[in-house]
Amino acid sequence: MKQTRLLMGMPITVEIADAPATAADFDAVYDYLTTVDERYSTYKPNSEISRINRGLPRQKWSGEMREVLELCAQTKRQTHGYFDIEHGGQLDPSGLVKGWAIQHAAELLRGYGFANFYIDAGGDIQISGLSARGRPWHIGIRNPFNRTEIIKTIAVRGEGVATSGTSIRGQHVYNPHRPGAALTDILSITVIGPNIYEADRFATAAFAMGRGGIHFIENLHGFEAYMVDNKRMATYTNDFERYVV
Amino acid sequence: MKKLLLSAMVLVSLALYSYQRSHDETTAVKPPVLAAGPSQSKPATNASGTPPADSTPTQPASAYKDGSFTGSLANAYYGYVQVMAIVKGGQLTNVQFLRYPNDHRNSIEINRQAMPYLSQEAIQAQNADVDIVTGATDTSYAFRESLASALAEAKS
Repeated sequence: MKQTRLLMGMPITVEIADAPATAADFDAVYDYLTTVDERYSTYKPNSEISRINRGLPRQKWSGEMREVLELCAQTKRQTHGYFDIEHGGQLDPSGLVKGWAIQHAAELLRGYGFANFYIDAGGDIQISGLSARGRPWHIGIRNPFNRTEIIKTIAVRGEGVATSGTSIRGQHVYNPHRPGAALTDILSITVIGPNIYEADRFATAAFAMGRGGIHFIENLHGFEAYMVDNKRMATYTNDFERYVV
Repeated sequence: MKKLLLSAMVLVSLALYSYQRSHDETTAVKPPVLAAGPSQSKPATNASGTPPADSTPTQPASAYKDGSFTGSLANAYYGYVQVMAIVKGGQLTNVQFLRYPNDHRNSIEINRQAMPYLSQEAIQAQNADVDIVTGATDTSYAFRESLASALAEAKS
């Protein structure tokens, strides 16, 4: 059973391969994600994060908010400052909240007894168990140069997979007079981690690191990555191939 | 052989360029509903604090006609996406999925040749039978494409 709803500004798909899934199970996931969005969205003027950015005193911050901001601070330390949610005095934890929320939503489903499912929020995915076909879920990595192409297929059983990157704009694809002009070095980095929270936050940080990002992931135990650069070359970590279909 | 490969790559680049250009034009409508969430902005906010183009702030109410408008079928690679836009009081109030990929396509998988261990490779499109897609541009191009055409319908 599979559902897609628009939330947090993107389609979020939940597929549960276990037979007894009901509409109420899906509702529970989407209701949870809605409450997260209402607290942490910087696009909602009355969200707690928006009120904090307008000066809500620290002693009035909720426990949930403190937890997320503490995780952001911890991630900043772990990524040598590359993961930073503060810009011009404003806090925007959305780079962490998405993975964190998917992770919690997946725990919710496990709590209901489901073992085989995935949650996909705009290409950031938490996998659990096997697909309805009884095989590991197959995830395609999209070509950053052409969204209609898949350049790699990986099979995962319980991990989280997140991609951070830019979409390449037409005028930047190829400039024969100034090769490489206006192109960033790295177009996308897909990270496989023990869960989506870990994969997402480190994908974000690794992308911000540019070329060094892949080395950062290589040095993280339990993470693999596939990075695509502006020369259409992919660089991948040592054990990435064990996921490749 | 290398020259041949190089010219092929240039040709592909040019083809991609024109494709993306036309694609950009067709998806130029920025639906207000997309402004609701914080998500798609990880790299841009982290790198520079500048919001990405995708998360354009809410536009003022536009001249949409009230009613339900069906968007085009848009290819999301692993299936087709089609949405219906519901406009009330001149504003987009809801988007429903009429079609979302839920069938598993049977496609031919390319036999991977045994390769020496490498940490780098040239990217190459493959025929793949996948359940889910991850990627930098994933946040719903097909969705936006379908929605843009539904909104165009609402304007005319």
